[in-house]
Amino acid sequence: MIKITDQVLDTQAIINSVEAPEGGAINVFIGTVRNATKSKQVLKLEFEAYEPMATKELTKIVNQAKQRWPLLKVAVHHRVGVLAIGEVPVVIALSTPHRAAGFEACQYIIDTLKVTVPIWKKEFFEDGEVWVAAHP
Amino acid sequence: MISVKLFGVTRDIVGRPILEIQENVETVGELKEFMMITYPRIKGLNSLMVAVNSEYAQDDLEIKSTDEVALIPPVSGG
Repeated sequence: MIKITDQVLDTQAIINSVEAPEGGAINVFIGTVRNATKSKQVLKLEFEAYEPMATKELTKIVNQAKQRWPLLKVAVHHRVGVLAIGEVPVVIALSTPHRAAGFEACQYIIDTLKVTVPIWKKEFFEDGEVWVAAHP
Repeated sequence: MISVKLFGVTRDIVGRPILEIQENVETVGELKEFMMITYPRIKGLNSLMVAVNSEYAQDDLEIKSTDEVALIPPVSGG
């Protein structure tokens, strides 16, 4: 299941949602808000999404992953809004018959998400704020 | 007239979430050019994409007044 939400992500519930009787492995990626960028202290992050398109692009990525690896169930949840240090903006969980495919598929999904899905984050510092990756 | 949704840094540059464009802008490429001329700070971005009906669009795609159009500045999810 793919979801963009302004609610706190329930990592355990997301993991449970991909349990499958044929599964031999569940692979999980949890993104967390880091306290610094290039040694500069970050106070908080704000995420926003172009929601229908973000869901559409995430669905494409999951479908591509399903064509490449034998995935049983996949969940990708991304949070929007203001997040404090240590909070979780993204959880990807997927079940596979064997672990190798799970690691590869999970990495593919997060790496591609960061390139194609219309979600933006702004970092807040003591002395200002910056849209991440916007400028060279 | 076309209505353009703005997100992230492009919304900050333009100063509003939706921009109504009255000028004659027929294609995705023309829209990008219009935005860069009208708001020169957009030229300083790492990239600028346009989505039409929530799909990434090529520069030669024609924009109809009924299309949902959005500027997609460099994404940074995850």
